[in-house]
Formats: sequence, C-alpha cells, structure tokens
Amino acid sequence: MRPLTSWVLRNLQAAVGTLGELWRAPLTSLMSLLVIAIALSLPSGLLALLDNLERLGARWEGPASLSLYLKLKTTAEEARDLAGRLEADPAVAGVESLSPDQGLAELRAIPGFDAALELLDSNPLPRVLVVRPGPGRHSDAELERLRAFLAALPEVDQVRLDLQWVRRLQRLMALARRAVWLLAGLLGLGVLLIMGNTIRLEILNRRAEIEVCKLVGASDAFVRRPFLYRGLWLGSLGGALAWALVGGGLWWLQGPALRLAELYQSGFRLHPPGLTAGLGLLAGGGLLGWLGAWLAVGRHLGEIEPD
Amino acid sequence: MIVFERVLKRYPGGRCGLDGVSFRLAAGEMAFLTGHSGAGKSTLLKLVGLLERPSRGQVRVLGRNLGRLPARQVHRHRREVGMVFQDHRLLMDRTLFDNVALPLVVTGTPHREITRRVRAALDQVGLRGRERALPSTLSGGEQQRVGIARAVVNRPPVLLADEPTGNLDPELSREIMALFERFNQVGVTLLVASHDLDLVKRLGHRVLTLREGVLVQDTGPR
Ligand SMILES: Nc1ncnc2c1ncn2[C@@H]1O[C@H](COP(=O)(O)OP(=O)(O)O)[C@@H](O)[C@H]1O
Ligand SMILES: [Mg+2]
Repeated sequence: MRPLTSWVLRNLQAAVGTLGELWRAPLTSLMSLLVIAIALSLPSGLLALLDNLERLGARWEGPASLSLYLKLKTTAEEARDLAGRLEADPAVAGVESLSPDQGLAELRAIPGFDAALELLDSNPLPRVLVVRPGPGRHSDAELERLRAFLAALPEVDQVRLDLQWVRRLQRLMALARRAVWLLAGLLGLGVLLIMGNTIRLEILNRRAEIEVCKLVGASDAFVRRPFLYRGLWLGSLGGALAWALVGGGLWWLQGPALRLAELYQSGFRLHPPGLTAGLGLLAGGGLLGWLGAWLAVGRHLGEIEPD
Repeated sequence: MIVFERVLKRYPGGRCGLDGVSFRLAAGEMAFLTGHSGAGKSTLLKLVGLLERPSRGQVRVLGRNLGRLPARQVHRHRREVGMVFQDHRLLMDRTLFDNVALPLVVTGTPHREITRRVRAALDQVGLRGRERALPSTLSGGEQQRVGIARAVVNRPPVLLADEPTGNLDPELSREIMALFERFNQVGVTLLVASHDLDLVKRLGHRVLTLREGVLVQDTGPR
C-alpha cells in the first residue's frame, strides 16, 4: 500500500507542479495550446458541420420512389390492371399512373420544349407507373430487391430508382466524413510531432537542471515525469480549447443559419458539439500530447548525463 | 568503503584517465587526492560517484561493484555519494532552499522533513536564514558552501569534492576544508581532490598522489 500511495503522490505532485510551470509562463503555454487547439479544431469543426447537415437531411428525408416505364405496346387497360396488382402487394405503398398524354403535357409545361414537341406527329412517350415503396422498405437492400422484382415484370421496359436528393447528400457526406477522418489522422500526427518538438526544446532548455537532478540521484522516472505531464496537459487543454473554438465558431454561424432556415420555414438550428465530443477531444488531445512527450523523452533524455 | 583494484579508465578517443590504480579507503577515513592538472583526479572521483564506469579493474564503493551495477540502479548509488564541484553546479534561477532541497525532492521526502533538513544543512555551512536568496547574490565562497549543503543534506555516507577551493582565496579555502573536517568527524568518508599542495600538507590527512593516471604516492595521515 505504501509504495502505491507514494507513487500516486509523486505523480500528483508532478501533475500539479507542471501545471504551475505552465501557468507561470502563460505566453509560451498559450502559444503551444493554440497550435494544438487549431490543429484539432479543424477536423472536429468539419465533423460538427457534417453532423448538422446530417441532422438537416434526416428532417427532410422523404420516401424514395421507382418509375416504371412500360413497354410501348402496353394498353391503358393492361397498365391499370398492373397498377391494381402492384397496389395489393405489401411491398408497395401506392402507385400513381401517368398516361403518355399526361407526360407530354408535363413536357409542354417546360418553356422552349413545346416548339420541339410540335414537330412530332405522334406521342412517343411510354406509360409510366410511379411506385412508392411500402413502410419499412426504404433500406438500400429492400429498394434493390423491389427494383429487381419490378424490372422482371413482362409489361415493364425499364425501371428507374429515384433516390431523393437527401439520399445522395447522405452518400456525399459519408464520403466527406471519411475525408475529414483522413484529415484528422494527418493533423493528429502533426500534433504528435509538434508536441515532440515542444518537449524536445523544453528538455534542451532544462539541460542544466536535468544534469543536476541526475547528479543528486534522481531516477529516470523522476526526470521523465514533468515532461510527460507537460505533454498531457498541453494536449488535453489544447483539446478542450479546440472544443471551445468549434462551439464558438458554430455559435458565430448560428445567425446566418437561422435566417437561411427561415426561408425554408424550417426550425433548423446549428447544434454545437456535445459533451461527448468535448470529452473525446480532451482525451484524444491528452493522449496525443502524452505520446508526443513520451517519444521526445525517450529520444533525448538519455543523452543528458552529468559529467 | 572505497576499493580500487587495478582500475583503468580509457576515454573514448583513447585517452587514459587512470592507469592501473589500486587503493582502499576505510569507512570514516578522510583523504586528499593531488596531482597536476590532467593527472586523473576528476576521473577517479567520477568513478566513485558513478559518473563514469571503469574500463578495466574493479571499483567497489559501499559494497557495490560499480562496473557491474545495472543502469537502473545508478541513481540509488548517487544518492549515497554526495558530490561537490569546483564550479559548484548550482541552479542559478532557484533559491538556496530549492537548490539544497533537490536531493531530498528526488527521493520523495515529505515536505516538512525537507524544510527541516534544508534549514539544518544551510545552518551547518553558515548560511542560516538565507533560504530565499538566489545563488547569484552570493560570494564565491558562499556559493561553494551551498554546493556543500546540497551534497550533505541527505546525509550520504560518502562525500567527494573535486577542487572545492579552486576559485577561493586561502582564507576561504581553510574555512571550506574545516567544514569538510567537521563532516568527517561525524563519520562521513571523504575524498577531496586538490592541487593546493601547501594546504593539503598542512591539514595532515592521508594524501594520494596521481601522475598521468598512475598512483605514485600514498602517504598516511600525520
Ligand atoms: N570526458 C573525457 N574525454 C576524454 N578524455 C578525458 C575526459 N575527461 C578527462 N579526460 C582525460 O583524462 C585525463 C585525466 O583527466 P582528469 O581526470 O580531468 O584530470 P585532473 O582532474 O587531475 O585534472 C586527461 O588527459 C584528460 O584529458
Ligand atoms: Mg579535474
């Protein structure tokens, strides 16, 4: 029990002592903190924005639909019959039928198209059935199964799956998210190197002190400890600062976002990164800082010996 | 307490610091180490304090074979051997208290105990009440005494001093030597390197003389 309590006590001392040192050199500490905070806030800010966009997407998500282009020889009778059969299927929520005349009318409504359509002597458009998938049939796999089933029907010439724009946005965002994680990885590596260099300079600055400590019988652990805690503090405080920066940034964007949302009569507002994100940044920053310090200490502390 | 057996120390580059030195120093003994500059005095002391390792031969101090001591036990040895240097090696931006407290801080001594022992050590070297002063505000002799207080604050059984009076005038040198004699009287084993032969002879302790890394003379105490 006693060795353990004394170990805890020593670490506590080093932790508090290092924090005191950082406090007594506020400008240097702030510079190191800011460098780390900025590097960490870039990916976490982008992730927070993506989260908000996803939340927006979720509010607007509508059902996907499938357009069936029937074969040209299909009669109105056969089309109505098919629509009836499909509506009875539990995989289908509803079917809307578009006759070639309706399709032509829609095209005419587009400015500039009517002149071109005058040139046609007969209506080339097929009948179209617009199928809405039933409840719980919106997953990619279900939609694909439905599409395959519909495409195999003898009356059907072609099936087009109309994914909502939200769905496309989601896929785009999944791509963006992966890119941001890649960026986060690179910047994390950057933080590691920055921290390693900061600690290396600190070790060189305190060369005389380290030599004297070793001279009077300091263990390697004793000499190492303040540098490791310095890394831990700078990293975790930098992470916390990054969290505050991202929160502040989103708050600054809140005004324009609200005015944009008003245009769409939506109550959408930006959400700042939550407590989990904050704790994640604190822990992640701390880990990176500690690791960077550990690398620097391993490389440079052994070189310093009293003579 | 301190045993050298045919100790050879060769530095990287081939220079020989010590060449086949053998002697014994009993517990509680006090001896001087003399010789010209470059004779190997500092090298010998560094081997005792484990700042260097012997290239050949055996160095035994406090029952430890220093040539074979694992690296992770070096700091334990240094805690039991106090060292004083000509340039005293104080941390100039720390108070006397912090400087002298260092050997206790690195062993995790409780705060109250540190305060008590640092006061006692500064008192012993005649610097009572100067805890808050910075070394730069002290004279050379006073700085050297702070170095001595630091070396003895954790009561090591062995005390080494490398030219401790090298920068001091004769009056201050005598004071410093008297201080060492007092530590010796309470049982500390002392080895002091000095090229001030007059002073060394007058004090009448055992004298080991080195010349180019070889122990050429070992005169007993008067
Ligand atoms: N770190 C070192 N590297 C190489 N040679 C050294 C080193 N330290 C001492 N020497 C050499 O060892 C010899 C003894 O030096 P030293 O022990 O410092 O003598 P002294 O203290 O008696 O003046 C000298 O020739 C010196 O040049
Ligand atoms: Mg010397």
